[in-house]
Amino acid sequence: MFGYYLDLALRSLGRNKVLTALMVLAIAVGIGASMTTLTVVHLLSGDPLPGRSQAIFYPQVDADPKNKDSSEPLDMLDYRSALDLWSAKRADRQVMLVQSQVRLNTADAGKPAVMMPMLSATADFFSMFNVPFRYGGPWSEQDDASRARVAVITDDLNQKLFAGENSVGRVLRLRNSDVRIVGVLKPWRPSPQFYAVRGGRFAAGDTSDFYAKPEDVITPFFTGLDVNDGNFQQFTCWQMPPHPGHLQDSPCVWVAFWVQINDANRVAAYRRFVADYAAQQQAIGRFTHSGNTRMRSLMGWLDFNGVLPSNVRLQAWLAVAFLAICLVNMIGLLLAKFLRRSGEIGLRRALGASRAAVFAQYMVESGLIGLIGGVCGWLLTMAGLWFIRQQPVAYADLARLDVPMFLLTFVAAIGASLLAGALPAVRACRVVPAWQLKSL
Amino acid sequence: MTQFAPILSALRRHRLATALIALEIALACAVLCNACFLIVGQLRALHIESGVTESSLAVINLGCDGCKGADLNARVTTALRAVPGVQSVAVVNAVPFAQPAGYAGINLDHEHFIAVPHFYAGGPGAVETLGLQLVAGRAFQPEDFQTAELWLPQNASVWITRAFAERLWPGQDPLGKEFFSDQYHFRVVGVMAHLAPPDPGGGHGDSAGEWSVFVPVNPGGSLNGVYALRANPADLARVLREARAAAQKAAPEAVLDLQQSRTVPELRTDFFRQTRIMVGTLAGVIVALLLVTALGIVGLASFWVQQRRKQIGIRRAIGATRGDILHYFQAENFLIVTVGIAIGMVLTFALNLVLMKFYEVPRLPVYYLPVGALVLWGLGQLAVLAPALRASQVPPMVAARSV
Repeated sequence: MFGYYLDLALRSLGRNKVLTALMVLAIAVGIGASMTTLTVVHLLSGDPLPGRSQAIFYPQVDADPKNKDSSEPLDMLDYRSALDLWSAKRADRQVMLVQSQVRLNTADAGKPAVMMPMLSATADFFSMFNVPFRYGGPWSEQDDASRARVAVITDDLNQKLFAGENSVGRVLRLRNSDVRIVGVLKPWRPSPQFYAVRGGRFAAGDTSDFYAKPEDVITPFFTGLDVNDGNFQQFTCWQMPPHPGHLQDSPCVWVAFWVQINDANRVAAYRRFVADYAAQQQAIGRFTHSGNTRMRSLMGWLDFNGVLPSNVRLQAWLAVAFLAICLVNMIGLLLAKFLRRSGEIGLRRALGASRAAVFAQYMVESGLIGLIGGVCGWLLTMAGLWFIRQQPVAYADLARLDVPMFLLTFVAAIGASLLAGALPAVRACRVVPAWQLKSL
Repeated sequence: MTQFAPILSALRRHRLATALIALEIALACAVLCNACFLIVGQLRALHIESGVTESSLAVINLGCDGCKGADLNARVTTALRAVPGVQSVAVVNAVPFAQPAGYAGINLDHEHFIAVPHFYAGGPGAVETLGLQLVAGRAFQPEDFQTAELWLPQNASVWITRAFAERLWPGQDPLGKEFFSDQYHFRVVGVMAHLAPPDPGGGHGDSAGEWSVFVPVNPGGSLNGVYALRANPADLARVLREARAAAQKAAPEAVLDLQQSRTVPELRTDFFRQTRIMVGTLAGVIVALLLVTALGIVGLASFWVQQRRKQIGIRRAIGATRGDILHYFQAENFLIVTVGIAIGMVLTFALNLVLMKFYEVPRLPVYYLPVGALVLWGLGQLAVLAPALRASQVPPMVAARSV
């Protein structure tokens, strides 16, 4: 029966090509616009560490004397607090990290030096965030402690500097220091660059920079502080730092601190540890208050920072509203199309077709329009994503259609057209055969 | 009004199709008004006045790690002044649409934090090079320029923008007034017409984004590495090219930031690229929306015309003119669109409320509604014209033929 309905549907669509084209176009444009924007939303709001994120937390204490227990703590930690919490080693893994701009002098003369972002982190960074290595591996905790002059570089930089060869053992000149490469990463592109997310609530929705690529050079935390001393940026300060760029003893917050706690039962204990630490700091007079400690999970922290850029969200809403209008439009056109064939319906009913059969026939026709619209919509989605990849935004290179969104394109197109077809099909199957036959 | 009576009774027999068109118009009205409103907001941001003579301004940005500020400035400014076509060079810390140099929270009483303006700093000649317009107060004197080791001079005479003065001291004369940031103290000696912060609308200040302070600072110390150049607009691209090379030659140990060493018009274009894409997207949505709505009306109206051929024939046979038939369909469309607009107005305000809640969009001005209504009425009439004309061509013979 399905084959017969399909044949009928094809004939019917062929009979009025303009109307068919209009409906397919409406569905295709609506689906194309919604799927393009929804794909971007989907890519930007995913879990950057699937399977691990629920064990990752971002503890915060508040050293700012101007804040109170009722205020939200500052987005990063001061050096002392970060160092204390990190040294306590009370979590399964813990990492301190800080970013800075560093001058990279390429060994082969002739090329000018460039400034590039450098990440300085403690050794757990790689194991905690599942960072994949192509050559070599991470440095050891000893290297952290001894401020070893070592570094890990990304695949991108390895391609650029060493043509993708195994560069472990080669030397990079960072500012005035030589560091030895101990590891080269595989392509690694977390979305967002979660470990560097902060300050989202001050960004007025313009958060696309949270989707930047990871830094090309990664050094041990203390090594970075030595090598690039004087070039560190604070997140904020409650007083002018006495030595801008050197922040170890400054009234500033500038260090990010992440912990991994595998056992969910121990999360509360760590939370208490953070609160106790703040209370103890208040007792010795370093903090003025200690009641506003926080420990958000990774996803909670991303939510708190509203990582999804607001114009991406707005575009998605617009596209969905547009799809809704396309659907209303399609309902109208299908109604016109189906009822125009009232005579034919009357004849089929008189020859014994049940209402369900008529209904099924028209649903098949709607579904077919949806399928054709879905194919066109998929092409439009690919075009839309291509357009986004050409834009100068940090997440441009992420904009690709993955399998779930590809499938969703067709499910949405067919689902939407079935939805739009249902009402006209109900009207069609309620046609009274006798009236129609009389007027034939 | 009498002509509406038969229309209404006819529509009563086509409730579903009527409701669909009305609903489509209503949704279109809501999206249209709000999208237009968003576009206007974005355009306003696009046309922000920077307060500097952008067309003749370029920037050179050098990152020099471990350089002596005064020495670097001396070498680079000498080299830049030697570039043919350069009218003036000044050491500054930032220019509009380039990398921000310093936002800092300020207070009026050492206690209550009040706003976060951007602090511009510039050496002698910076005011003329940037083209800042003073509307009240006095010009800077040589003794106003002090050396700053850390950030800015401890006690500085500054200019602020009119918008920022209005924020700090609404309705008062700002000249001679003081404000503080940490242990730094500022006295207002001049008011500028405009000076946008480097990233207007970037989360600091109000939506107009003109909370800026200009501090005179002696080059050297913390003020080094960023140089504003003034040249003839027609010459600017070449001057920048040569200035980049000259700066690199004068300070080989420094790193020239190519992203930031640009002409101000280029920096502005880059800064607003996202906004322009948003405007383009919104405009595209509006056009597509109007098109889809119009096509929907054409489709349904054609269907109705076809369905009513016999009735049209009868009306024509008993004396209705072609004009009568044409007007019938036009009036019918007008009626449906009016219902749609009425529902649409409610939806428009509902959507605006949602946007206000989540996107910090201001309240939609009421005059968008009549304008939106006119557009939709026009669209409806345009869309129905072809089917209505076809209806008016139905010959009276149709009535006789199939009876």
